[in-house]
Amino acid sequence: MFEFEFMRLAFLAGAVVGVLAPVVGFFLVQRQLSLIGDGIGHVAFAGVALGYLIGVSPVWTALLAAVVGAVVIEWLRARRKAAGDQALAIVFYTGIAGGVVLISAAGALNANLFSYLFGSILTVTRTDLTRIALLGLGSLLLIAVLLRSLLAVAIDEEGARVSGLPVPILNGAVSFLAALTIGISMRIVGILLIAALMVLPVIAAQRVAWSLRSTMGLSVVVGLSSVLAGLTISYYANLPPGGTIVLTATGFFLVAASFEALRARV
Amino acid sequence: MPLALELAGVDFAYPHGPPVLRRVDLRVEAGEFLAIAGPNGGGKTTLLRLALGLEQPTHGAVRLFGELADRFRERPRLGYLAQRSQLGVQAPATVREVVAAGRAPLRPFGRLDRADREAIDEAVERVGLAGLASRPLTRLSGGQQQRAFIAKALVAGPRLLALDEPTAGVDVSAQEALAELLGELHGELGVTILYVSHEFGAIEHVVERLVLVRERIVYDGPTSSLPGLWHDPSHVHV
Repeated sequence: MFEFEFMRLAFLAGAVVGVLAPVVGFFLVQRQLSLIGDGIGHVAFAGVALGYLIGVSPVWTALLAAVVGAVVIEWLRARRKAAGDQALAIVFYTGIAGGVVLISAAGALNANLFSYLFGSILTVTRTDLTRIALLGLGSLLLIAVLLRSLLAVAIDEEGARVSGLPVPILNGAVSFLAALTIGISMRIVGILLIAALMVLPVIAAQRVAWSLRSTMGLSVVVGLSSVLAGLTISYYANLPPGGTIVLTATGFFLVAASFEALRARV
Repeated sequence: MPLALELAGVDFAYPHGPPVLRRVDLRVEAGEFLAIAGPNGGGKTTLLRLALGLEQPTHGAVRLFGELADRFRERPRLGYLAQRSQLGVQAPATVREVVAAGRAPLRPFGRLDRADREAIDEAVERVGLAGLASRPLTRLSGGQQQRAFIAKALVAGPRLLALDEPTAGVDVSAQEALAELLGELHGELGVTILYVSHEFGAIEHVVERLVLVRERIVYDGPTSSLPGLWHDPSHVHV
C-alpha cells in the first residue's frame, strides 16, 4: 500500500496524531475532562461549515473555531459561570447547531463534509502533512517544557494554586492544546472521533501502568498502534479511518481491562 | 522578624451568604505549631484559606510574613495539604511522582535536576516512605498516602506548613504516627505549622497553642488550660 503517495502521507500524518492525541488526552483524563474533546470537536464542525460558507479552507476555520471553543469552555469554568459539564454542554450543542445551520446555508452537505467528520486517507495533502508536522511537533515541545507544572496541577490543583503556579494559564494551555490536536487531526480521524483517540489510549494504559510516566508512555504506544493499524484496516477494507482507528483503540482498552481483571484475581 | 501570620479585624462571608468569620484577630509567630479547631461549619477551614490568600476578607487584613497574603511573593515556600487530600490524577502516580510535584513551583519548566532529586529523596525519607517511593499511592494505606502528601508539602523547604483535616479518613494509629511526625518536623525544621482539624486529640501533646474557632476566636492558648468540655470542639459555644 505504500506505493501510493496518499498512503505514505496518511501514515506520516497519522504517526504525529497517534503520538500527540494521547499525550494531550492524558491531561484531560486526569482533570476528568474526557469529554472536552467532543465539545471542542463540535465547535470545529461549525468552523468547517463556516469555511465552506465564506470560501476559506475549512481546515483553518475549524482550527480557529476549536481554539475559540476551548477558550470559551475554560472561561466558563474558571469564572464559575457554569460547572464543568454544563460549560461543555453549552459549547457542545451550540457548536453542532451552529454547524448544521451554516452547512445548510453553504449547501455543502456532501461527501467532502463526511471526510471532515470521520476522516479520510485519500485527502491528506503535502500541505496538510507540513501543517500537521509543524503544529504537532510544536505542541509536543510545549508539553515537554510545561510537563512538570502540568503534572503538578493534575496531581493537586489546590496545592499548585497555593504554591503560586499559574493554574488558570496551565489549564488554559491544556484546552488550547486539545483544540490544536483536534484541528490538526481531523483529516485523519475526523472531528467527531478525534476525542476518542485522545481518551481511549489513556484509560486503557492507566489500567495496566504502574506510574504516571508509564501511563503516558503506554498511552502513546496504544495511540500510535491504533492509528497505524486503523489506517491499514481502512485501506484494505475501504472504511473511514476514523472508525477503524477508534475501534482499534477500543480493542486495546478491552485487552487492558481484561488484563487488569485477570491480575486482580491472581 | 515579621509574624508568620497576622489576621487583623477580619470579617468574611461568601457571596450572598451569612457571616462565616467576624472580627478575627490572630497573630502567629514564625516557628509556632498552632492547632486551629472548632465545630464543623465554625469557619476554621475558611480561616486557613484566608491565611493562604485563597480567599479575600470582606473586612480587615491578612498578612503572611509581613506581606498581604494574596500578594505573598514566596508562594513556593508554602506547603499545603488540602482537606480530604486525595490524588487528583486517576493514573497510578507513585510516591516519588507525587512528591516531585511539590518542586514544580520552584522551577516550573524543564527536567528534574540533581537538587530536585536530592530534595525528593530527603522528603520521602523524612516521612518514612523511602522503601515505598516507587509504589503507586493507590496501593498505600490512608496514613501512608497522607505522609506522601506531607512529603510533597515539605519538598520545597516551606516556611509555613498548612494542613487541613490531615487525619480525616485515617485510623487512630496512623493519626498518632502523623502527630509524632509533625512534632519531629516542627522540632527539626523549625517550620511554622497551622494544623486545622475538627478534633485535636491526636496532636494535643505536640501542639504548642490551640485556637478554637466558632465564627470568632473563642479560645486562644495552650491545650492544658482548655475548659474540659471543649476538648470535644463540637461542644464549643460562644
